[in-house]
Amino acid sequence: MVDVQYRFRSDEPVADPAVTVDSFGEQTNAAAVRIEPGDDARDLLPFLDRLQLVEVNFPVFGDGRGYSAARILREAGYQGELRAVGDVLVDQIAYMRRCGFDAFAPDVPLEPADAEAAWNRYGDVYQPTVDGRSAIWAKRHG
Amino acid sequence: MYKYDQYDQAMVDARVEEFRDQVRRRLEGHLSEEAFRPLRLMNGLYLQLHAYMLRVAIPYGTLSGAQMRMLGHIADKYDRGYGHFTTRQNIQYNWIKLEEAPDILADLASVEMHAIQTSGNCIRNTTSDQYAGAAADELVDPRPYAELIRQWSTFHPEFSFLPRKFKMAVIASDTDRAAMRLHDIGIQIVRNAAGDLGAAFYVGGGMGRTPMIAPCINSFVPLDQFITYAEACLRVYNRHGRRDNKYKARIKILVHELGKDEYTRQVEAEFAHLLTQNIEPPTAELERIKAQFVDPPFETGLSDEIDRSDPDFALWVDNNTVAHKAPGYAVAVISLKPVGAIPGDASGDQIRVMADLAERYSFDELRVTHAQNIVLPHVRKADLYALWQVLDANGLATANLDQIGDIIACPGLDYCTLANARSIPIAQKISERMAAREQEIGELKLKISGCINACGHHHAGHIGILGVDRKGIENYQLLLGGSEGADCSLGTITGPGFDESGIVDAVERVTNRYLSERQQGERFLDTYRRIGMAPFKEAIYG
Repeated sequence: MVDVQYRFRSDEPVADPAVTVDSFGEQTNAAAVRIEPGDDARDLLPFLDRLQLVEVNFPVFGDGRGYSAARILREAGYQGELRAVGDVLVDQIAYMRRCGFDAFAPDVPLEPADAEAAWNRYGDVYQPTVDGRSAIWAKRHG
Repeated sequence: MYKYDQYDQAMVDARVEEFRDQVRRRLEGHLSEEAFRPLRLMNGLYLQLHAYMLRVAIPYGTLSGAQMRMLGHIADKYDRGYGHFTTRQNIQYNWIKLEEAPDILADLASVEMHAIQTSGNCIRNTTSDQYAGAAADELVDPRPYAELIRQWSTFHPEFSFLPRKFKMAVIASDTDRAAMRLHDIGIQIVRNAAGDLGAAFYVGGGMGRTPMIAPCINSFVPLDQFITYAEACLRVYNRHGRRDNKYKARIKILVHELGKDEYTRQVEAEFAHLLTQNIEPPTAELERIKAQFVDPPFETGLSDEIDRSDPDFALWVDNNTVAHKAPGYAVAVISLKPVGAIPGDASGDQIRVMADLAERYSFDELRVTHAQNIVLPHVRKADLYALWQVLDANGLATANLDQIGDIIACPGLDYCTLANARSIPIAQKISERMAAREQEIGELKLKISGCINACGHHHAGHIGILGVDRKGIENYQLLLGGSEGADCSLGTITGPGFDESGIVDAVERVTNRYLSERQQGERFLDTYRRIGMAPFKEAIYG
């Protein structure tokens, strides 16, 4: 189990091991699930009320399906922890936060100074997503 | 033209600093080439056969004189005095030093330009009609919609690691001058029966090793929902596009494998969901952008007369000017295809001359065309002769627009690591061989790719040439009958390929057969479509 390096939430982390999407529906007490790139995040939507942790695995950084999975969960109202795990690199983490990830467990820990710069690099954004930031067009026409 | 506000400027400035930091980490040895590669690619920096290549974005191909002048400055200061205009309306520099790349980006940012998303598996620079805002036949200027797409697609957090690169084009006239249906998403701005404007979405076109013409999946998306619709198209692709094989990873394969109807059904379902998420920019934002694309102050009462007493000038007017929507004005096209030259190349001096001419004669505007030429969109007919004289003095007055010497060619094996064969020398030889008969032949679009990735658009050439590697030897296949326009079609291979001199001979035989077969007023493509492949095969292979 790789350590969580960054967590942008104040609640207690869930201790349960994350189960696969396939087995999650049958395990009525499971609160943690792990999404692989080929899984359909929408399969989890009926169970959002009992989910507390969703891990989204990035086996290679270039497989971007996890970004859509994250947004789909947040758009459906999921409030629990959304953790990016795997090949999570410093140049991806700002995109990930914008898609709703609020915890990061990279295989190779990030250089803290680089990560700090990455979170804060762009003061404004062109698109509204699920991170609550206003799009530039909203500021222009505020 | 679109002017950056403080938000747009802050975005490109931040990008310069980010890239400067990445290059520093690379040069100091903190980043391996492997780790650096995806970062530099997001900035349009490729490692080619001999040096780094930097690709600079020219959104929808539109430039001011100051921006063009900066491109000339970069050619001289950081390259070997040349820039190469590309089929995606961008410019590339082939001899870049890594340590200077951040300074180039800073110079670009000083004139509201960048290299963001000019490579990588993300949404690339959006292209458009090179005559936008000037063409007599357009419904509206398509560029405000392209600008809205530029902003929406810049650092899009969900779509920066797609299965493969993603190219969009926007047009607003029935004459398609942007190869719209050969893009991942092509959008045509249309008017419906009720008189409202909307966006027709064509999804899943492309060239490459599996060329496809995009089907229309929605003939009218209201303009206050079209970004949301694009987002739905991309989300379905990001989730379900193939990632197991890079050659099957473009959206055209997904649309083809799912079928147009099933892909459309999934997009419509995602669209219905995304409409609840309030991601569409307000109409006021589109209006803000549109206000920056209003017509320049055209003079009225101008004459349409042109003094044609200089025959060289008259020929150039006939070949290289296009009807303008305003009386007394013309669209002037500067050919970057002089006989025997490298298609799309311009020297730093030539780039500056074109910048000056734009300021003097064309309301400070230029366009880059996907055919690798430069357009001065708004020239008074009364100024054409003076303009032409300056062009002529600078090697820029070749009168061959859309003729056989106006060749599209990719960089090929002279520069590109992917290429199997050289493109540029083939283009040069054909251009030299056919130059004397160019006027007699008339419109004939010839396009050359040095490998199956089709950057030289060979599938869409009236005559297409594809370079392949056959047992270590460069070999060239010949295709006939492609077109990128509203009558979009894909070329058909004639038969066995040729060596370097054989392909030039074959092109000549094809054009000879056309000249002997053509009927009154027929272009090469018309004759081919009427008589088919057989007579040409006979001419080539005997």
